Amino acid sequence: MSLEERAKEIRKNILRMMLKSQTSHIGSCLSCVEILTILYFKILRIDSKNPFSEKRDRFVLSKGHAVASLYSTLALRGFFPLKELDHYCKDGEKMPGHSTKRSMPGVEVTTGALGHGLPMATGMALALKKDKRSQRVFVLMSDGECDEGSNWEAALFAGHHKLDNLTSIIDYNKLQAFGRTNKVLNLEPLAKKWEDFGWQVKEVDGHNLNELEKVLSKIPFKKGKPSLLISHTVKGRGVSFMENKMEWHYKNLTDELFEKAIKEIS
Amino acid sequence: MRTAFINTLIKLAEKDKRIYLLTGDLGFSVFETFAERFPERFVNCGVAEQNMMGVAAGLALEGKKPYVYSIAPFVTIRCLEQIRNDIAYQNLDVKIVGVGGGVSYGELGATHHAMEDAGIIRLLPNFCVLCPGDPLEAEKLMLESYRSPAPSFMQLNRGGDKMVHKRRDKIKIGEPCVIEKGKEGAMVVNGIFLRIGKEVSDSLKSLGHDLKLISLPTLKPVNRNALYKELKNQKFVFSMEEHNILGGLGTLISETMAERGWPGVLKKVALPDEFFSKVGKAEYIRKKCRMTSGEIVKTILKTITKK
Repeated sequence: MSLEERAKEIRKNILRMMLKSQTSHIGSCLSCVEILTILYFKILRIDSKNPFSEKRDRFVLSKGHAVASLYSTLALRGFFPLKELDHYCKDGEKMPGHSTKRSMPGVEVTTGALGHGLPMATGMALALKKDKRSQRVFVLMSDGECDEGSNWEAALFAGHHKLDNLTSIIDYNKLQAFGRTNKVLNLEPLAKKWEDFGWQVKEVDGHNLNELEKVLSKIPFKKGKPSLLISHTVKGRGVSFMENKMEWHYKNLTDELFEKAIKEIS
Repeated sequence: MRTAFINTLIKLAEKDKRIYLLTGDLGFSVFETFAERFPERFVNCGVAEQNMMGVAAGLALEGKKPYVYSIAPFVTIRCLEQIRNDIAYQNLDVKIVGVGGGVSYGELGATHHAMEDAGIIRLLPNFCVLCPGDPLEAEKLMLESYRSPAPSFMQLNRGGDKMVHKRRDKIKIGEPCVIEKGKEGAMVVNGIFLRIGKEVSDSLKSLGHDLKLISLPTLKPVNRNALYKELKNQKFVFSMEEHNILGGLGTLISETMAERGWPGVLKKVALPDEFFSKVGKAEYIRKKCRMTSGEIVKTILKTITKK
């Protein structure tokens, strides 16, 4: 299966999960599909048969509300059977609607409230660094999450401690929960802010699999600095009527819309 | 008490390389030795408590045993969601230590008073909450909590350096520890009120009264049956703590005794549910709140001699 086909499968499975569970955050899930595809199929040093091996690279989903995207990727990568995706947000099952530590094989930490992933990942990277171990820590953040002060505390800390085993990716779809990022709290100049906090920053088209692979294959971006990848994305990517639409942070799928969306992706 | 804490931590850190000490830029004149001996495991996280808790969680996720230190309100309510989600919910081995319990930092004002920290942390599942009253309790409880992988919060008083306990073997997490026997009523104390409670006990004794004195330096988890057993035959129980009258030791005792059908009277000696806005040192505040040993003796005598 090519990477493009994998990304399509991940998208389709997200939509199936969202239809069956009648839950939200579809737009947020679709915008990070390519990022997760590249991480899980090209970058992360992981073993799906030994998901919590000490030798694994760590991945922290800080935008925990996009966990359907993570489950879908993990299942396709062989961490657990695809049919288990049917359990997403179902009563009595173990797949909650936010990233929850070890709820499923491969899910590293608990997030959900924003601004928690980067500080925890920073602590993990610090521990690995102190022990002189080669494993790396990756974080996926949302753009709206950059409003949280805790992230800037962590940014300062990671820069100060030269945690070059830490890479954070911002899913910059420019649409947060109740408005456009530049209207709610303008993040720009975003790259400069992170640079000023001691990070090496790169930017990429977050839906271009080749570009993502190229840029993430060469980390740290600079020795002695944490890496920050600003990944320009489109919220709801892949489904025309969801793309760049704030309401798809909230809306549920109907059977009709689901069919339409699946057709577009296929 | 801070000395007991840091000396115990240094001893533990010598043997256990998993131990890290994180501070929110505090610990002047206390942490220098630790920092010199274990520079790799001493992290001044700066004045950034939310990140400090997240970093502690991350270290614990990687198998470390972080001790996180600051002034009590800053290391609890300032970063409460991090404590709840990152540490309690993930049930991580992080030990939080807050200095300045109650109104220790009296004259610095209510921003520095810790009158609700222990009660709030008590509401978080998985957490162990400790309010030791003398250096021996601090050391023993710290050693016990070290052996457990559960997250814990320990509140340290300033000025709680007078030794009350003579033996350490009876000090255990969750267990009431009888200091004095008595039949006319019982006093249950934690934190700085271990010392004040002892003074009250001595005064009452000199006046010919015998009240039981129990130290209960754990707010959670507590062996409630053992606590009930110690109190059930008393007609009067007095809880004493430097905490908001809501949510602390008095609340724990009222829950425990009411649930088991005790018919007696509980009087809570605690800080009123308000911010103390006047200026004053701890002893002044206790005086204003009728929480000095002299005032408490009066309250107790009035209660136990009432017909």
